[in-house]
Amino acid sequence: MTTYLIAGATLADGRTADIVLDGGIVAEVGTGLSRAGATRVDAAGLLALPGLVDLHTHLRQPGGEGSETVLSGSRAAAAGGYTAVSAMANTDPVADTASAVEQVQALGDAAGYVTVRPIGAVTRGLEGTQLADLGAMARSRARVRMFSDDGLCVADPLLMRRALEYIGGLGGVLAQHAQEPRLTVGAQLNEGPVSAELGLAGWPAVAEESIIARDVLLAQHTGARLHVCHLSTAGAVEIVRWAKARGIAVTAEVTPHHLLLTDRLAEGYDARFKVNPPLRGDGDVAAVRAGLADGTIDAVATDHAPHPADSKSAEWSAAANGMVGLESALSVVHEAMVETGLLDWAGVERVMSLAPARIGDIRGQGEPIAAGSSPELVLYDPAVRRDFSETQLHGRSRNSPYLGRSLPGRVIATFHRGAPTVLDGALLPVEEVAARG
Amino acid sequence: MKHLLSTKELDAATAVGILDVADDMAATQQREVKKLPTLRGKTVVNLFFEDSTRTRISFEAAAKRLSADVISFAAKGSSVSKGESLQDTAQTLEAIGADGIVLRHSSSGAPAVLARSGWVSASIVNAGDGTHEHPTQALLDAFTLRRRLHGDAGRGRDLDGVSVLIVGDILHSRVARSNVWLLATLGAHVTLVGPPTLLPHGIGDWPVTVGTDLDAGIAEGPDAVMMLRVQKERMSDAFFPSAREYAAGWGLNGARFRALPGRTLVMHPGPMNRGFEIASEAADSPQSTVREQVANGVATRMAALYLTLAGGAA
Amino acid sequence: MTARAVLQQADISRALTRIAHEILESNRGPEGLVVLGIPTRGVELADRVAGLLTEFAGVPAWSCPVGSLDVTMYRDDLGRNPVRGTAPTRIPDAGIDGATVVLVDDVLYSGRTIRAALDALADIGRPAAVRLAVLVDRGHRQLPIRPDFVGKNLPSAASERVNVRLAGTDGVEAVTIEGGTADEADAVSTGGPAEGGAA
Repeated sequence: MTTYLIAGATLADGRTADIVLDGGIVAEVGTGLSRAGATRVDAAGLLALPGLVDLHTHLRQPGGEGSETVLSGSRAAAAGGYTAVSAMANTDPVADTASAVEQVQALGDAAGYVTVRPIGAVTRGLEGTQLADLGAMARSRARVRMFSDDGLCVADPLLMRRALEYIGGLGGVLAQHAQEPRLTVGAQLNEGPVSAELGLAGWPAVAEESIIARDVLLAQHTGARLHVCHLSTAGAVEIVRWAKARGIAVTAEVTPHHLLLTDRLAEGYDARFKVNPPLRGDGDVAAVRAGLADGTIDAVATDHAPHPADSKSAEWSAAANGMVGLESALSVVHEAMVETGLLDWAGVERVMSLAPARIGDIRGQGEPIAAGSSPELVLYDPAVRRDFSETQLHGRSRNSPYLGRSLPGRVIATFHRGAPTVLDGALLPVEEVAARG
Repeated sequence: MKHLLSTKELDAATAVGILDVADDMAATQQREVKKLPTLRGKTVVNLFFEDSTRTRISFEAAAKRLSADVISFAAKGSSVSKGESLQDTAQTLEAIGADGIVLRHSSSGAPAVLARSGWVSASIVNAGDGTHEHPTQALLDAFTLRRRLHGDAGRGRDLDGVSVLIVGDILHSRVARSNVWLLATLGAHVTLVGPPTLLPHGIGDWPVTVGTDLDAGIAEGPDAVMMLRVQKERMSDAFFPSAREYAAGWGLNGARFRALPGRTLVMHPGPMNRGFEIASEAADSPQSTVREQVANGVATRMAALYLTLAGGAA
Repeated sequence: MTARAVLQQADISRALTRIAHEILESNRGPEGLVVLGIPTRGVELADRVAGLLTEFAGVPAWSCPVGSLDVTMYRDDLGRNPVRGTAPTRIPDAGIDGATVVLVDDVLYSGRTIRAALDALADIGRPAAVRLAVLVDRGHRQLPIRPDFVGKNLPSAASERVNVRLAGTDGVEAVTIEGGTADEADAVSTGGPAEGGAA
């Protein structure tokens, strides 16, 4: 296996260091390092962060291969600086059995660009009535530790209680898509001035907050771990803050788009901006940024949700929810959190790598770059700006809300298991990455 | 004006200009020969994804009176199932050379999506989209108001200082939204009254006064009361307890009608639920503009079609 | 480019007076006359001509019926220009059936406005005769149309602009000509310019 000497990179804490990747580990971090036979990567001016870890990725395989596959999504992830993604369970068929999650795991391993960690469904077929094969998935070769019905809320309070208890017993975490279904019948857009003007059925903040409030109380009662997916409202930040202060085992994620974009973007009915939970108001954006900065929100998760073009060019109410986000996430966090002074790069390292790896119990990921750590890292040029365009999307779908927008920074290289998946800003070929086995 | 998608986007001068053209169109409709050669050779497609015989006929009459070739296209049940249908249908219309598309759609924003899509080069006139807007209805309402208030001297005038009370299901009403923007742009004072469940959340910044007490609104003596049609299905969705309770609270019954000043105009976009949101005593009174609204609809839509379709490049 | 005055206020008044006399003469009196102006400035001219006709006819209790005839909806050049607003058409109460309608416009140029006016008139009624009075005939006809009464014949180049300003519409009164070059003095426009070419 090739040895790499990454020279002159800036670490998250601001130190400049050379990094040696040798075989299965980061062999050495220091200054003035040299290593005979090593391939040298000049990283002067580049940030070196531990590989990014996504807790919320829709890879669409099986069933949605027209939008994305495990391979294409893995490539998009690597291009965005990720070394691990968590594949959501709402595929077709649903990932609610041991064989289903093992299949996703195997596809991820075969692709080789990132660690793919399958998320298991909480309920069979996401139907919200009967628990899925939770134990079998946890004990399978895929070793599932995160369970979610994402796309749908585990709405039934009794079922939610049972699921928390059962998953807690497996040492796992339940990731809840917090959306009260009756309060969001036909909902199209954040309920507020924009939905009122556009005549789109409102998706009120209370529909998210009431579920989170209920669930943190259930987590307290059961002692189980709860993870809140794509938290999007100011009120939800308050509830999670309150729950954490009471010692409840709750963690939360926010998406890049909820950190940057607001519902005003829906004014032209461009369904690229249609997502669930919906883009919210300015106050919500400020609140989730503050919550991420102060640790109330633990992690940034992309909710990368690929859709074919005709699902997005339709009239708003017929269009699909969701945005692709893997390739843009780091730049969006850079703009929303770093350029605003809310987070430093150590903070970015925490919310995009360390915390998600810990929440998802994703081994060999999310370790600060140091001698002996896993050789997972991204080199990022924070000094450039780029016009975000379709050429920077590497998945099968084009539904990015950032097309035509200027974003800061650019991923120069990604190393997964000690070898590059992205080098000089370009993805390595599929065969070359797959051959590493 | 390439498209007419909403009244929100109209400035006062443009809106008054449309009403002035409508005035001239209305005059031609008093003649024995009602047909004008203006849009000869143009093809107007009435693309209705939602049934509305009244609106379709009004647009059809307007287009025919302007000598356009009119094709009516009723696209069934395609609105919520798959977005492709709007695109596919639009591309079909483009292929047959539609110059104008009059679009009625159950999805808010469908005309805006079509206008921006690049699927068609035709002008788009919004004939009602979901719960968003119904601009020609608001224009014909404003036209009717201006006629009643100013007669032939109305030309060039806005509705400065005119007070209008809009009553009913504001939440689901595209007519209300279009009227709010247009009337405010024209200088009128708008008050919205309805059950709290049927007032949209987030209208604090709208240029209107909002209330729930119809009697209080009537006591203000508005220049016009516009009653909105209420779908009785809203009752089963628990927006209000019963039809009787709705009528008692927000119906323009005989007593409320008689409490209005004699100059107050009674408007309704139709079709009316008589005895529910409006009493026949009010609907059939000389203060009622209901039938004029229908007639004025043709003139207003002629104006809309003329202004979107007749011009060429500078 | 400089504007050259062709008619002053007094010239315009004289021209209208002469036109009124000629109308009465050719019509052998005021009987059946209806004067219709074509917006915008034709309407003011029509009002003035009608006033003069009333005065010169000297028939007690007769005042010349006058109105306006908007031709916008009948134009053949709508698709060649940005869309324009319309103007009111006002027909005297007695109508135009059997009347001798005198159309009045400020400038006669390609003749297309008058063609549109004849079409518009046909949709309103059936006059016994239609006559045409213009303040300025600048030539360059594209249709077989000829004025019956002309204030001033004004040979012009197609590239020139003839501007008519009237007291009631513009506050000042003059006919000016501007632009163009001597070489073009006899050029014939093949396009479809707005009649008159006035602003």
